[in-house]
Amino acid sequence: MKARKRREIIFQLLCACITIVGIILLFVLLYHVVLEGWKFLTPHFFTDFQSRFPVKSGMKAGIYGSLWMISITAITAIPLGIASAIFLEEYAPKNGFWKMVELNISNLAGVPSIVYGLLGLSLFVRALGFGQSVLSGALTMALLVLPVIIVSARESIRAVPLSLREAAFALGAAKYQVLFGQILPVAIPGILTGIILALGRAFGEAAPLIIVGALSYVSFVPENVNSEFTVMPIQIYNWSGRPQEEFHQLAATGIIVLLLILLSLNLAAIILRDHYQKRFRL
Amino acid sequence: MENAQSIERAKKIEKALLPILMVAGLFTIFVTIGIIFILSRETWQFFKMVPVLDFLFGVKWEPLMEPKSFGVLPLISGTLLISVGAGLLAIPAGIMIGIFLTEYAPSNIRRIVKPILEILAGIPTIVYGFFALTFVTPFLKTFMPDIEVFNALSGAIVVGIMILPMVASLVDDALLAIPQGLKHGAYALGATPSEVVLGVVIPACFGRIMAAFILAISRAIGETMAVTLAAGSNPQLTFNPLHSIQTMTSYIVQVALGDTPAGGVEYLTSYAVAFLLFCMTFSLNWIGHRIMQKGSK
Repeated sequence: MKARKRREIIFQLLCACITIVGIILLFVLLYHVVLEGWKFLTPHFFTDFQSRFPVKSGMKAGIYGSLWMISITAITAIPLGIASAIFLEEYAPKNGFWKMVELNISNLAGVPSIVYGLLGLSLFVRALGFGQSVLSGALTMALLVLPVIIVSARESIRAVPLSLREAAFALGAAKYQVLFGQILPVAIPGILTGIILALGRAFGEAAPLIIVGALSYVSFVPENVNSEFTVMPIQIYNWSGRPQEEFHQLAATGIIVLLLILLSLNLAAIILRDHYQKRFRL
Repeated sequence: MENAQSIERAKKIEKALLPILMVAGLFTIFVTIGIIFILSRETWQFFKMVPVLDFLFGVKWEPLMEPKSFGVLPLISGTLLISVGAGLLAIPAGIMIGIFLTEYAPSNIRRIVKPILEILAGIPTIVYGFFALTFVTPFLKTFMPDIEVFNALSGAIVVGIMILPMVASLVDDALLAIPQGLKHGAYALGATPSEVVLGVVIPACFGRIMAAFILAISRAIGETMAVTLAAGSNPQLTFNPLHSIQTMTSYIVQVALGDTPAGGVEYLTSYAVAFLLFCMTFSLNWIGHRIMQKGSK
């Protein structure tokens, strides 16, 4: 009995310790980045372009490029993702073919991002002739985040109480009226949460954009969708890969900015989720 | 009269809406077909220049210098070194965290740990690459002096940290899905919590836990920026984690960053490597999701 109890305690402690180690790792990572990067976190960092001299380097090109890319990605991926989710959840017959479509979406979500990069290179850059532009990059990114948006939108639509839908049908509403008048308004906060998380992922991705041809040394901001561009993670990659210590610190500064943006996106998602849950309790 | 008109109009809108929604619903199929079509077309071109067997079983990968050599095994060994190493780290730790969260942690601790794991999962991979290069490798060097600046070990460690939240939350889901009666039965027989978890709960959801492993390993195989920064770009057939290696993904990045003309054999290599990568991850994901679907029934 004593031996069993001891084994129980050891196992329990082990599980707790590993969890604590995981949490500590997060803080070590954040601490390391802040320690390295705080020095260059000045207004210059946001208003200057890249330079050979670390002190004069900034992330203006990356920040503008990322914002351009995210905007176009959002405009294309959000309507498509929601429409797809609506069809799969509300209209698609429950047969083998549509089951396969569902499985395909989960599989697409697991395809390495770099493979999307090659798809974008062949399709948008070459076949459709968009060139190495912010448009090509953003469309590639839209394909990448689409599965994530669809899955979360479907979950939010499914979570809408059946009674709402039945009440609307009982009043004689057509299916699209139920959809746009009842179901979507209730599901929208949940859908938005998924969208924010998906766009957060797009913000941090570098690999597919490198393949599509985003530049790593840019001293201009995009003027239109056909402009060449860079994004924040690519600038971070570029600085990290250099041997000089000061460029590493610059990379850390870039990471601080990137993480702050992602953190505020996540915060927005959490606030939305809370708001959503409160509304449901009423 | 007015009523009939509005019904007519509703029917018309419904009719117009349905095809649009259907195309959207089918869109992801087009994406998959597009990926397979483009990768296999370019890979076909590649195999016209390089024999398939030389590619799959060659032990030397030097496509960018003369004399060219296209054996993909060094890239595969590099990829396996990273993903297996990451798995060895993340899988046991992920199970432990999953068990801690479902079986031991009080609900308020669970409420703190879960978001922290979500934050870890949301950190971009480039950040992990930076962390590997500027923190993990220097740290390892303090007690492993002959470790190279770029090495597989630090890559495997940060990829392991990266997939840890995924393993933990999938295991967490699997453990929560177990019928309570099963656990209560074991407790009623006088088993301790650890005996219940290890003897009853884990065997009962073994399939789903396996699925979690498969999905996590697949994710590690496809990981790009972290390993490109951490493990370098030195394709060699080695299983020594202290050496610099190159993974399939970081080779593709290397080609993209260099100026390779479209249509040349160097350009085609990245499609052939990506095709192999796609086949590996897609089949792993397929198996993983199938097990998951079966398990949830």
